[in-house]
Amino acid sequence: MNYLRDFFVNLAHSWTAWLAGFLPGWAVSLIDYVIVAVILVMMPVIATLTLTWMERKVIGRIQNRIGPNRVGPWGIFQAIADAVKMLIKEDIIPDRADKPVFNLAPVLIAAAAMMLCGVIPFGRRMIGADLNIGALYIVAIGSLSTVAIIMAGWSSNNKFALIGAFRIVAQLLSYEVPMVLSIATVVLLVGSMRMGQIVEAQTVPFILVLPVVFIVYTLCGIAETGRSPFDLLEAESEIVAGYFTEYSGLKFGWFYIAEYGNLMAISAIVTTLFLGGWRGPGAAFAPVLGPIYFAIKVVLVVFLLMWIRGTWPRFRIDQMLQFAWKVLVPAALANLLWVAIMLKLPAPVAVQYVLMLAGNLVILFTALTLLGRAAKRVVAQQEAKQQAESGLVAA
Amino acid sequence: MEAVAFAILAVVTLGGAIMVVLSQNLMRSALWLILSFFGIAGFFVLLQAEFLAVTQVLVYIGAISTLIIFAIMLSRNFMDPSEPRFNEQWGLVGGFSALLLIGLATVVTRVAWPVSAGLPPADAIQRLGIDFVTAYAVPFEVASVLLVVSMIGAIIIARDRE
Repeated sequence: MNYLRDFFVNLAHSWTAWLAGFLPGWAVSLIDYVIVAVILVMMPVIATLTLTWMERKVIGRIQNRIGPNRVGPWGIFQAIADAVKMLIKEDIIPDRADKPVFNLAPVLIAAAAMMLCGVIPFGRRMIGADLNIGALYIVAIGSLSTVAIIMAGWSSNNKFALIGAFRIVAQLLSYEVPMVLSIATVVLLVGSMRMGQIVEAQTVPFILVLPVVFIVYTLCGIAETGRSPFDLLEAESEIVAGYFTEYSGLKFGWFYIAEYGNLMAISAIVTTLFLGGWRGPGAAFAPVLGPIYFAIKVVLVVFLLMWIRGTWPRFRIDQMLQFAWKVLVPAALANLLWVAIMLKLPAPVAVQYVLMLAGNLVILFTALTLLGRAAKRVVAQQEAKQQAESGLVAA
Repeated sequence: MEAVAFAILAVVTLGGAIMVVLSQNLMRSALWLILSFFGIAGFFVLLQAEFLAVTQVLVYIGAISTLIIFAIMLSRNFMDPSEPRFNEQWGLVGGFSALLLIGLATVVTRVAWPVSAGLPPADAIQRLGIDFVTAYAVPFEVASVLLVVSMIGAIIIARDRE
């Protein structure tokens, strides 16, 4: 019974001890690292298989239809059918494309998605690498995918792909700033950048203390993965398919895996930073329940992101960039300032948290009021322009 | 073990740097440079300065390399392989580069660099943060003024002419 309480960690210890019986120390470490690496590499792949089915069902229901229901009960084998279809497609490389770079780009993007899974705490002491700069590592991997996207867009020798790559790099770089600021707010609250420490410090889930930071980070996360409503870069009516226009077959499959792997990783990071990670009733006593709570919370956040995808219209590129720089960055900065001031108050922690929550709500209210006024101004301007034009035509 | 890691990282870094110069395609030179930057980030990890390693990836690879690639794309004829790679000044430049190499090698090998005993402290990042706002507050503020000035300059250059 005691063994089952902390099942995964005890299983790892038993396995390592059994291996150490007949292998030298470095071989045991190597085998352990390889096993963990294989698990982490398979995570975006499994996420793709399951989340694509979930997405098609969820968006189907939002659009008042059923979604895939032919391949297996409730269509759960649809993803496997799609994977087989992708594997048997012809691999086309454009004529004057830069072959090594062209072939390397999807590998790098998928690698970035996999490297993100390495610092996510799935349970107590169940983390790939508990780096003491874990939160900053996440941002750095995002910048790695920026480079991979430029490689993909440029090596396709296709002007649409290049423009799509430029646009998405502008979007990624713009949304990295509020993302870093919101992560910095949480790190300030916890006092450490270790992902394991951030979960341990959430006796109160931070979404109840810093709701605006949660909103800012979720929006930036959606923009970083390039999903709706920020998917101007891969909208077929706009720019064919953006930076992965020229990819076909398995290479397109890798981009797809990277997208859903990023979706899962962003949801996992939101869960870790704001929803309390693996914490839940009984998880302190029996750490084996940790991954189950973690999985439930991640599925909830993924559902939220799919809900947003199914209901919100798409942003234009200039609206996207204005939103990042004019709304998200000031809100994130104001939050950071408020949290920093509140942490220095000589008051008990509960009072600090309540004051932070109050400050967050004030910031949210101010931001929404200012946005409402700006929207009314823009509408009034457009109406004045239309009046002037129709006045000219009539006269 | 550390020697093996150092050797691999040295090959990656120096190999990338050599290919930057020898590559015919300017865009590929930028990509080899990115590989070199990764090697340097690996060296920082080897020296147990993880914060610097991640900052290297974030700043050099995420921002500076992206801008280098944009600047390359804005210049014309950058992918023309018929252009000669070296122009007629290569002798003079090669001589100065060799002088620079000799000077740097002398400095690196002859100076008695102060080496601290023991490992970096466990709370190195907290100490880094405290140092930023106490001991090194003035350089910190000067750097932020520099960033604000460059941002204002970029906005002025890029705004609409009215």
